[in-house]
Amino acid sequence: MKADKEIKKKRMRLSLPPEEYMHSGHLACQGCGATLAMRYALKALGPRTALSIPACCWSVIDGPFPYSSLSIPIFHCAFETAAVSAAGLKAGLEMVGDKETTVVAWAGDGGTFDIGIQALSGVAERNDNIIYVCYDNEAYMNTGIQRSSATPYGAWTTTTPVKHYKNRPKKDIDAIMAAHRIPYLATANISYPEDLYRKVRKAKDIKGTRFIHIYTPCPTGWKTRPEDTIKLGKLAVQTCIFPLYEVEDGSTWKINIKPRDKKPVKDYLRLQGRFRHLNEEAISFIQEEVDKKWARLLKYEEVSPL
Amino acid sequence: MKKQEPTPKIDFKSEKDMPLAPYSLGLMLHNFTGAWRNIRPEINLKECIQCGICWKFCPDTAIYIENEYPVIDYTYCKGCGLCAEECPTKCITMVEEEK
Amino acid sequence: MSNQMHHHGGGRKMRKVIMGNHALSYGAMLSRVQVIAAYPITPQTQVVELLSEMCADKVLDAQFIKVESEHSAMAACLGASLAGARTFTATSAQGLALMHELLHWASGGRLPVVLGNINRAMAPGWSIWSDQNDSLSQRDTGWVQFYCGSNQEVLDSVIQAFKVAEKLHIPAMIILDAFSLSHTYEVVEVPEQEKVDEYLPPFQPKFRLTPDDPHAFGGLTSPDHYLELRYKLQKDMEKAPALIEETGQEFQELFGRKLGLVDPYQCDDAEIILVTSGTAGYTACVAVDHFRQQGLKVGNLRIRTFRPFPFEIVRDILSQAKKVAVVDRNISYGHHGIFYQEIKSALYGHSPVPVFGYITGLGGRDITLDTFRQIIEETQKNDAPSERISWIGVKK
Repeated sequence: MKADKEIKKKRMRLSLPPEEYMHSGHLACQGCGATLAMRYALKALGPRTALSIPACCWSVIDGPFPYSSLSIPIFHCAFETAAVSAAGLKAGLEMVGDKETTVVAWAGDGGTFDIGIQALSGVAERNDNIIYVCYDNEAYMNTGIQRSSATPYGAWTTTTPVKHYKNRPKKDIDAIMAAHRIPYLATANISYPEDLYRKVRKAKDIKGTRFIHIYTPCPTGWKTRPEDTIKLGKLAVQTCIFPLYEVEDGSTWKINIKPRDKKPVKDYLRLQGRFRHLNEEAISFIQEEVDKKWARLLKYEEVSPL
Repeated sequence: MKKQEPTPKIDFKSEKDMPLAPYSLGLMLHNFTGAWRNIRPEINLKECIQCGICWKFCPDTAIYIENEYPVIDYTYCKGCGLCAEECPTKCITMVEEEK
Repeated sequence: MSNQMHHHGGGRKMRKVIMGNHALSYGAMLSRVQVIAAYPITPQTQVVELLSEMCADKVLDAQFIKVESEHSAMAACLGASLAGARTFTATSAQGLALMHELLHWASGGRLPVVLGNINRAMAPGWSIWSDQNDSLSQRDTGWVQFYCGSNQEVLDSVIQAFKVAEKLHIPAMIILDAFSLSHTYEVVEVPEQEKVDEYLPPFQPKFRLTPDDPHAFGGLTSPDHYLELRYKLQKDMEKAPALIEETGQEFQELFGRKLGLVDPYQCDDAEIILVTSGTAGYTACVAVDHFRQQGLKVGNLRIRTFRPFPFEIVRDILSQAKKVAVVDRNISYGHHGIFYQEIKSALYGHSPVPVFGYITGLGGRDITLDTFRQIIEETQKNDAPSERISWIGVKK
C-alpha cells in the first residue's frame, strides 16, 4: 500500500528489537498467547539460544518434521523432563566447548506444575545453569483442555465440567520456586512485552537456575475471543489475579506493577466462557482469595524488599 | 522487520534422503496460514500514528515494517483481530473475506 | 568406601583387583566420558561413587549431574549426547524400568549413550539379587545389549560399546549380574589411556544440537515419515553384528583380548550344547569340564551380544550339536524363557536340533554345578523337549 502525500514520514520507533526468531507458518490458534511469549522471549535471548521443549502446545505449534518455525535449535524432549533435559544439554554443550549458548527449558503449565515438577525441583535444588520458562495457559491445552494444577479456582475444563468445576486453588508455583532459593524468578505477562523482555534479558545474565512464569491466554481453552488476548492480560494484572513481581535468592521480593485502580475480578471473569457458570457466591470467593493473596504479596515485599 | 519469503516444501523420495534422526531441515514459511482466516485486518495509513503496537502484538509475526509503516502480510495473517483491537487510534478494521 | 583404596593410576596400564562395578567406572573413565548423570540404586552404587571421586580428583574431565531419579538421569544423558558429548550412566532393575520411556527416546533419537545395568530382580518383593528380567524387558527398545561374564569383560565392553554405539548412532548397554559380578573382586588388566585413545577416538557425531546450525530434534512425525526413520534404525542395527566382530578383532590386536558376539567353549565336538549368559556362562564352563571328565561331550555357548541377536553364528555353532539346552535366568510370563525363545526362533527353518529350555536362578537363586547336573540329566533323559517349562530348583 503506497503512502499518500498527506501521511507524515516520521521514523517508527519500536519498543522491542526488530529481529524475529519465530517465523510465520506455525500452527498456533488465532490469538494464541503462547506464541507471543515465545516471540518476545527469543528477542531477549538472541540467536545463541537452545530450547528444550517437552510435550505441550509448543511441540505442535513449532510445526511437524521436517520443519520448525524457530530459527534456533530445539530439543523436543519427553514430557516430564524439560528442566533436566535442558540441564543435560547445557552440560553437554559446555563439555564440547560451547560455554556461550543459553539453554532454556520451555514448558507449559502441565509440564511444569504437574508431571514436570520433580525434574524442575531437582534442577532448582542443584541450581543447574539453565533458564526455565513456563508459559501458563492454565490447563492441558495440547491434549484438549483438561485441568492442570495451574487451572484457577472456578474454571471449566473438560475434566472439571460445569457441574464439577475446579474447586482447588491454582498451585502457587512461584512460591515453590522461591522456596528452592534459586537466584532469580519472575512472573511475566504477554500484555506487558517490554517488562517480559527486560526480565528475560536480566535472567540471561545470571548464573544458576532462573525461572520465568508467563501468563499466556488461550482463546480456545478459555472460550474467549481471539482479539481479547492482550486485554485479558492487562486485566489479569489490574485485578491482581496475576501480579507481576520478581524474587531474588528466594528471599527478596519486588512487585513491578501496583495498580492504582484495582479492578474487580468480575471484569476479568466475565470475558471468559470458562467462568460463565459462576454464581455471585463463587465470584465473591474468588475476589476474597485474590485480595488475600495480594495482601500477602505486598507484605512479602514490605518485609524483604529487593 | 522485513517481509518474510516463503521457504520450500520438503518431500523425501526415498529413506536415503531422510536424516538419520527426526530433525528439521527448514522453516514453516511454506505453510500459508492466511488461508485460515475469514476476516482480514485493513490498516488506514492516514490515521496510523506509527506506534508499532500492531506489529508488537501479532502472534503470527504477520505484520512487517516497510517505509516506516506497518504492512499486513496476508500470506500468513490468521485474522485473529488483535492488531485491530489494540490499535490506539482504531485505524485497523476487520473486514469480511470475500469467497 | 574409603579414599585410600582407590589408586586410579592416572591412565597407566595396571593389574588391579577390582569389583565389577568399578570395572564399569574404569571403562567409563578410560573412554573419556564427558557427561555422567546417575541416581544410586543397590547394587550399582559403587559405579557412580567411584566416578564421582574420579571427577572430583580431576582424573576424569566430566560433568557429573547428581539427578533426583533415573528417569531424569537418562533425560540428562540424552540432552548431553544431543549436544555431542560422550555420555554414560548406570542403573539396575527399578531404575532401568523407570528409564524405559527414555530408552526408546535414545534409540529413536539415535543418541549413542552407554549404560551399565546391574541385572537385579524386579520388585515386588524387594530383591537386590541377580535376575535378567530387568534388562530383557528392554530388549525391544532398540539398544545394543552386551551380557558380561567377567569384570575384565565389563571394562573392555564399555570401551567397545562406545566405539560401536558412536559409529552406528545406536545406544548400548553393558549388563552384569548383581553381586556375582558387580560386587565380586577379580583381577582386571586396566589398559593404558594412550592405547584406549588409539582404539576409541573422540566422539564425532553425525548431527548435533548447536545454534551454529539450528534444527528442531524429535518434532511431530507423521505416518508419512515415521516408518522410514525406524527402518533406518533397524538397518543400522543389522550392521552391528559385523561391526562388533570387527571392533572386537581390533581390540584383540591392541589389548590381546577378543570381544566377539558369542563365547563358545568346547562346542566343536559337543553333543549337548548349553546356551548361557552372564556369570552362569562361566559356571557352565566348569560344568562342561566336569561332564567331559565323565565322558559326556558337553559344550557351552555363552551369549555375549543379545541385541542385535547374532543369528548366523548361533546357527553355525548350535546346528552341529545333537541337543541344545538353554538356561534362562528370566521368564516372559505367559510364554517361556527369553533366550530360549530367541534361540528357537533363530534355528527355525535352519536346523532341526531339539532345543530344551530351563528356567532357574530368578531373584538371585544360585546357579551351581548341581544346577547344570540337573539340566544335563533332564536333557539326556528326553528325546524331545517338553511342552511345559522345565523349572530347575523350585521347591515343589
